[in-house]
Amino acid sequence: MLNSSLLQLGAALRSKKISSVELTQLYLHRIAALNSKLNAYITINEEMSLVQARAADVQLAQSEAHALTGIPIAQKDIFCAMGWRTTCGSKMLSNFVAPYDAHVIEQFNRVGAVNLGKTNMDEFAMGSSNETSYFGSVKNPWNPNAVPGGSSGGSAAAVSARLCAAATGTDTGGSIRQPAALCGISGLKPTYGVVSRYGMIAFASSLDQAGPMARSAEDLALLLNVMAGFDERDSTSLPRETENYARDLNKPLNGLRIGLPKEFFAAGLSADVAQAIEASIAEYKKLGASVVDISLPNSRLSIPVYYVLAPAEASSNLSRYDGVRYGYRAPEYTNLADMYEKSRAQGFGEEVKRRIMIGTYVLSHGYYDAYYLQAQKIRRLIAQDFVEAFKQCDVIMGPTTPTTAFNLGEKNDDPVQMYLSDIYTIAVNLAGLPGMSIPAGFSGNGLPVGLQIIGNYFDEARMLNVAHQYQQVTDWHTRTPQHIEV
Amino acid sequence: MSLSINDVYKVARLARLGMTEQEAQTAHAQLLNIFGLIAEMQAVDTTGIAPMSHAQDITQRLRADVVTEHNQRELFQAAAPQIKKGLYLVPQVIE
Amino acid sequence: MQWEIVIGLEVHTQLSTSSKIFSGASTAFGAEPNTQACAVDLALPGVLPVLNRGAVERAIRFGLAVGAHITQRSVFSRKNYFYPDLPKGYQISQFDLPIIGQGSLTIQVPTATAGQTYKKVVRLTRAHLEEDAGKSLHEDFLGMTGIDLNRAGTPLLEIVSEPDMRSAAEAVAYAKMLHTLVRWIGICDGNMQEGSFRCDANVSVRRPGAELGTRREIKNLNSFRFLQQAIEYEAQWQIDTLESGGSIQQATVLFDSDKGETRAMRSKEDAHDYRYFPDPDLLPLAIDNEWIEQVRATLPVLPQDMQQRFMEEYSATPEQAAIATSSLAFARYFEKSALLAANIDSTMIEKVITQILSPDERQQVADIIAQDVAKTKVRLTCNWISGELLAWLNRTETSIEDCPIEPSQLVQLALRIENGTISNNAAKQVFAAMWARECGGDADAIIEVQGLKQVSDVGALEKIVDEIIAANPAQVAEYRSGKEKVFGFFVGLAMKASKGKANPAQMNEILKRKLAG
Repeated sequence: MLNSSLLQLGAALRSKKISSVELTQLYLHRIAALNSKLNAYITINEEMSLVQARAADVQLAQSEAHALTGIPIAQKDIFCAMGWRTTCGSKMLSNFVAPYDAHVIEQFNRVGAVNLGKTNMDEFAMGSSNETSYFGSVKNPWNPNAVPGGSSGGSAAAVSARLCAAATGTDTGGSIRQPAALCGISGLKPTYGVVSRYGMIAFASSLDQAGPMARSAEDLALLLNVMAGFDERDSTSLPRETENYARDLNKPLNGLRIGLPKEFFAAGLSADVAQAIEASIAEYKKLGASVVDISLPNSRLSIPVYYVLAPAEASSNLSRYDGVRYGYRAPEYTNLADMYEKSRAQGFGEEVKRRIMIGTYVLSHGYYDAYYLQAQKIRRLIAQDFVEAFKQCDVIMGPTTPTTAFNLGEKNDDPVQMYLSDIYTIAVNLAGLPGMSIPAGFSGNGLPVGLQIIGNYFDEARMLNVAHQYQQVTDWHTRTPQHIEV
Repeated sequence: MSLSINDVYKVARLARLGMTEQEAQTAHAQLLNIFGLIAEMQAVDTTGIAPMSHAQDITQRLRADVVTEHNQRELFQAAAPQIKKGLYLVPQVIE
Repeated sequence: MQWEIVIGLEVHTQLSTSSKIFSGASTAFGAEPNTQACAVDLALPGVLPVLNRGAVERAIRFGLAVGAHITQRSVFSRKNYFYPDLPKGYQISQFDLPIIGQGSLTIQVPTATAGQTYKKVVRLTRAHLEEDAGKSLHEDFLGMTGIDLNRAGTPLLEIVSEPDMRSAAEAVAYAKMLHTLVRWIGICDGNMQEGSFRCDANVSVRRPGAELGTRREIKNLNSFRFLQQAIEYEAQWQIDTLESGGSIQQATVLFDSDKGETRAMRSKEDAHDYRYFPDPDLLPLAIDNEWIEQVRATLPVLPQDMQQRFMEEYSATPEQAAIATSSLAFARYFEKSALLAANIDSTMIEKVITQILSPDERQQVADIIAQDVAKTKVRLTCNWISGELLAWLNRTETSIEDCPIEPSQLVQLALRIENGTISNNAAKQVFAAMWARECGGDADAIIEVQGLKQVSDVGALEKIVDEIIAANPAQVAEYRSGKEKVFGFFVGLAMKASKGKANPAQMNEILKRKLAG
């Protein structure tokens, strides 16, 4: 049951082989047994999950079921879910019970999926290792000394260790793709605007995008079918026709042109990752694809541009956490200014404060043009690189990360080293393009390698097709971490 | 434009982040490193390039002027650190 | 040596939308604290703004009314600062690309001579959309401040003028004109007590011809009287400071209406660095020509244009025209009355007021009004509106919408004066009775009941005069010997004898004839 695909689980539920309550309990028991090792979840609420499971069973009995009815899904703790503690990985919100549902949560509720719990994450999604969470770091199921990646590390670890059927994540600079790669699962960041940001706690508004995290491309397609859709409460949500993202899964890949950016295979890429990626490209050639060498000349600038734009937006987005209407308020203070300064100093962790400082500085008087405006201009250059590239190819491929999972604590003292681990994923967010990561092998030390697939705007169905065809001829995505009993 | 320790204090004050001297110094060293990384961007010639604020070149959608929300004060104030008579309380504001 | 006072105003007008600028919460005034603050207004984690079409449309109306450029692609920015009544820690406003560009407003500034004004054009720099903050309540909480966020997110149009005003009187005239205009075009209720229309005044002084002096900004003036007092006090303070060798520091000041003084705010300004940047949650606001033209089509004739017409067509004085255009409702009352006085039929009046007159019909109306007989009646009616009616409205603090006297009733009264049925003095008595809705406000009925009809019967008047002459032989002799001053004595007696009802002109004529012997 634990290794079943979402389609198989759905079939089992509809044929009454298992009830949603039983399935939910199965996962809850696993979480109870294993979460102390992995720390993948911040909040579990058996009662609320089981209420949903019972309702799903009623729905299933009346055969009004949707493909995901009754299936337990882990939700990244960045999504507000009514009645659920929603912390965003921060002490600031450690007692915050959301009084409303995010659009993504509503969408899952609408189809009768079960909210299995809230997954651990880097504080306010700021991090690449899940070590900035106020609730402690998440352990990589493939190696408990390694990081799971971030910021959606809890979701990635939960999917990898079979602590949920599937999960949600959000991706501002790689926060779905990077942990998916490091934990050996599949993850998709859709085109900016495809999934509503309403109720998803903001990090960098112009880059944040929610997406599914699961074991296979086929599962991702089913999840995206639920998550995507216009929402009038998000001004950046795109009014588009509903699409079935699974429609092209079985198309053959004959004639597919794969662009390989030379910048993604340059110095800094570790040998075992390079090897795995090259092997998967070879596999694609066997499937009928051809390879085009392309260049994304400005992609090297994506890290500096990102570390201006994202902190700038974040510094403003996080100003609402002031201890007045909700959230942490320092126990002692002498006056209003002191209350603000103490509440925020105590309520935010180091990385969040660091980014607020960067963002405040780059927006401050006299620096705006040199930093923020310049970064926005280069953002356009980076986006234009992709426009040029997609004239020559259908999808772009490369490594998701330069290395496999690094060790816990390894990059903690050096933010710059940590930031550089997102080198291949950030440009996609800056351009607003869809990107995904799928398992593509293992390094010599047994850690997963992720293959990144970047598509043109709104080309998610084709990307899922490309990923699915690969998963029909490889089994990387079915491997389970040997440290975790399945 | 090198970031000074005074800049760190100024920025911390703007962002309402209380900071000890020790913390400010650590932050200063880290920020200098990060701005070293960012510096690469500043040499790029961007003459004539329009800044990009959004991923898609679309314009603002407008809501109809209709009241759609009702009073949920009790629910919302359940999360408040300090309230009285329906008001959020803060240390005295001096104008 | 002379000083010149330089004033620019920033006026915050709350737009009269039903819902907030970025959320679906109500904007109604006076609700229980925080009952109209929804998730978006409270800046709960994860919420997002969506722009209210009604707010944009009102901004366009204003732009068209002041002849300003409407920005076809404007941008919302975040103005970042911490304050407990600002839930997000930033205010969504417009910075370098405001929705409304440069425009102008023509004002009439009163002079020291009553009834005299001069015309001045004040340039508008810009007007931009933004959200209002909540309110801080300082009473009752034992050293704590209470925060009510019902007002947070109410749409504001901030209207910024050039520093074109040179006296408190000009600033007040400008603010009043703006106040009239925003109500006229229906974008703001103008309720100053409720904070719907709030002025900030930037004041500096300089020697004539010199560079602009350093300005201080007086915040949150919510009455025209305070605006006047605050500017006068502030300008004098600056002059005194400079003359005693001091200098002016840029500052934000508050006006203490109890003491009549301005004082610098205690919260430090130096830390302000608003870090404006385009709001990534909102996209550029596009306004196409079609929308602009749709809005233009619904715009009423503007007060300045209507003033001109009232002066030309109804021979109103500039003062009367200004009074008549103090609000759209007043203008309608005025115009309806004038047209009734000229005996224009009611269907046509409706067409004039709703501006759906054909050129032919317009000419027809103009021809009727231009006749001398109509002119007199119209002028008399205008005088009664700008005189007695306005005085009663002001004294009883009644708005023209609630005026107990209908235009037709007022005109009926004016016609009775014009044809000599009642005297001017008696008319005031009738007016008071009409105001109290006696006899259903019918002038004729009141004249009848109160017996105010003028005696114009020559025979009756001659009889009175004969009796007076007979009873006062000594005075008659004096008059006849050339002491014409005594004439007043006879007029007094005659009016008294007629109980004030005598037609004065007729009575004079008879007296003169009879006394001459």
